[in-house]
Amino acid sequence: MTCSINQQIIKEKIVEICSEFKNDPDDLIAILHKAQGHFGFLPSEVQQAVAEQLRIPVSKVFGVVTFYSYFTMEPKGKYPISICMGTACYVKGAEKVLGDFETKLKIKNGQTTPDGKFSLNTLRCIGACGLAPVVMIGEKVYGGVKPEDAGKIISEYKD
Amino acid sequence: MKAQQLKIALRNCGVIDPENIQDYIAREGYLALGKCLAGGSREAVVETVKKSGLRGRGGGGFSTGMKWEFAAKPQSDRKFVVCNADEGDPGAFMDRAVLEGDPHSVLEAMAICGYAIGAEDGYIYIRAEYPLAIKRLKTAIAQAEEAGLLGSNIMNTGFNFKIYLKYGAGAFVCGEETALIKSMEGHRGEPVSKPPFPATKGYRGKPTNVNNVETFANVAAIINKGADWFASIGTEKSKGTKVFALAGKVKNVGLVEVPMGTTLRELIYDIGGGILDDKEFQAVQTGGPSGGCLTVKHLDTPIDYESLVASGSMMGSGGMIVMDEDDCMVAVAQFYLEFTVEESCGKCVPCREGNKALYNILHKITHGSGTMADIDRLKELSVVIKSTSLCGLGQTSPNPVLSTINNFYDDYVQHVVDKKCRAKRCRALLEYLVIEENCIGCGACKRACPADAILGEPKKKHFIDQEKCIKCGACYQKCKFNAIAID
Repeated sequence: MTCSINQQIIKEKIVEICSEFKNDPDDLIAILHKAQGHFGFLPSEVQQAVAEQLRIPVSKVFGVVTFYSYFTMEPKGKYPISICMGTACYVKGAEKVLGDFETKLKIKNGQTTPDGKFSLNTLRCIGACGLAPVVMIGEKVYGGVKPEDAGKIISEYKD
Repeated sequence: MKAQQLKIALRNCGVIDPENIQDYIAREGYLALGKCLAGGSREAVVETVKKSGLRGRGGGGFSTGMKWEFAAKPQSDRKFVVCNADEGDPGAFMDRAVLEGDPHSVLEAMAICGYAIGAEDGYIYIRAEYPLAIKRLKTAIAQAEEAGLLGSNIMNTGFNFKIYLKYGAGAFVCGEETALIKSMEGHRGEPVSKPPFPATKGYRGKPTNVNNVETFANVAAIINKGADWFASIGTEKSKGTKVFALAGKVKNVGLVEVPMGTTLRELIYDIGGGILDDKEFQAVQTGGPSGGCLTVKHLDTPIDYESLVASGSMMGSGGMIVMDEDDCMVAVAQFYLEFTVEESCGKCVPCREGNKALYNILHKITHGSGTMADIDRLKELSVVIKSTSLCGLGQTSPNPVLSTINNFYDDYVQHVVDKKCRAKRCRALLEYLVIEENCIGCGACKRACPADAILGEPKKKHFIDQEKCIKCGACYQKCKFNAIAID
C-alpha cells in the first residue's frame, strides 16, 4: 500500500522538522516553509501531520497555509515559471509576457503542464524592478523579457 | 543646478563588501552602538533620535523617537525589537538593497534600539522571496556575534542583544505592524485594533517596537553625527533623506536617495534622466497600492510626508513608478484594486467587500459598460472604505481610485461616454479597422484571425466584422502593409 508508506514518510519528516523548532506553534510558518521546501507543496496529509505534531487544530494550519500566497497545496512543475506582476513590470508589459507563456505552454496562469515539467504563476514583485519585466524560472531571473522571448526561454529547459 | 543624491541610509551600499564585517567597521560601523553603551543613558539615546526628527520610512511617517519612547516606558520582564523587512509593496526594493548591501547597519541600529528601550531580543521579519538578503543577514549576524558586537555581554558592557530571523510568506497586509506580529506568532496575518499599541502589548504580549529597514538604516548615522546634523537636512516637518525605487518608464531606473523636499521633477528628470524614448510624461505613482497617481501639475511638489498626502498620494515605502502617455490610468487603478482585493485579509467588511465592489465597477468601466453614475459610486464608496476600515491597508486602498478620478477625470469620462481608451490599453474598448488604401488583399490577416472575423476575397480589400472580432491583435501583428489600424 503505497499510500500508507507515503503517510509514514510524511509523518517522519514532519516530526523531524517540528522538533528542530521544539514543536513550538509560534514557528508554524517556519515549519511550513521547511515542509514545503522538502515536499514541494503542502497537501492535506502534510498539514494533518504538522497539526498533530504541534498539537493544534488542522483548521489552524489550513488557515495559515491558505492565507499566505507563498504556500501552495498544488504540486508545482519541475521548472516553476513565475511572471512578476509588480507595478514596474505591469507598466512594461508583463501581461503580454504572461499571455505568450500561456500560449506557448498551452496552460493558464496557476496551472501545470500535463507532463509536470512546467508550472506557471504570477507573483507580486521580486524587487528587481530595474530589470522589468521580469520572469523567474526556479531561482534564475530573466530581465527585460519581451513577449516573443517566451519560446526561447522555455527551450532552455529541454530535459 | 541639478538635484543631487545624498546618501545616508544607503551610505555603504555598493561601497563595502556586505559579507565582511571589517568593511563595515572601517566605515564607522558599530561606533554608534559603542557610543550609546559607553556614554549615553537610555533616555539620551531616545532623546537624540527624537530630536533628529526621524520618521518611519515604511509609509506611516510616525516619529521614530516617540515610538521608542513609548516602548521604553512600560516595565516588563521582556521586550522586543522588530525590524519590518516584509517589503510587499509591488515596485519597491529599497529594503532589499539595504539588507543585501549593508546588513550590519540594520543589526547595529536594532541593538541601539534594544539598548534604548530595554530589550534583549530582536527579530527581523523578512520576506521569504528575498533569499540573498536572508543569506547575507545570517552571515552578518554570525560575524557580529563572533566579534562580540551582538549576543551576550556586548563590548563587555553587560548588555545582551540577540537577533533572530522570522520569515514572511507573502502577505502584503503583514506590513501593518499588528498583522506582522500576528504572523510572527504563527497565525494568519490579520491586524487587530489599536490600542493597545505594540509598544505596550506586542509580540507575545510584551512591549514591542517595530521599525522599517530604512528607518533603522538611518539610526547609526544619527548617533554618530548628531541629531542637529540630521535635522538640518530636509524640510520643516520631514527630516533627512528618503530612498526611492525609481522604476517604470524612466531612463535611469534604480534606487535613489535624496533629501526630503526634493521635487518630483528633479527626481524624475535630473536624476531619472527623463521619460523613456522621450515620450510624454503622464503620471508618477508613489506609495504603491496605498498611494496615488500624481500628474504634471504636481511635478514641482516638494517630496515630504505632508505635501504628498496633500496632493492625494502618500510617501509610502518609496516605490515610484513613472508612467507615460501609453498608460491608461483607469486600468492602473484597476490593477491596484486587483492587488488590494487579493491581499485584503478579509477580517473587516469595508475592506473585504468594499474593495471588491470598487474593482467590479472599474472592471465594468474598462470593459465598456460603465456609466457616469459609476464614477460617482466609485468616489462615494472610496470615502466609506477609507473612513471605516480597520487597518492601514483598507484606509488607504481607495487612494489609487480617488487620485486617478481627481487627476484624470477626462479619461474616466472617455471610457464611460465615448467607450474609448486613449492609451489603447483597455482591450475591450479597442476597434481594429482595415485601412482600405493600404490593403492589398494578401489574406495574411484573414489566416491569422482566430475568430474568423476577417472577410474578403484574395487581392481585394478585406474588412473586419466588429461583431465577431475578439480584439486579440493578431491581424495587426501579421499585416506587413500597415493596413490595420487600432482605434
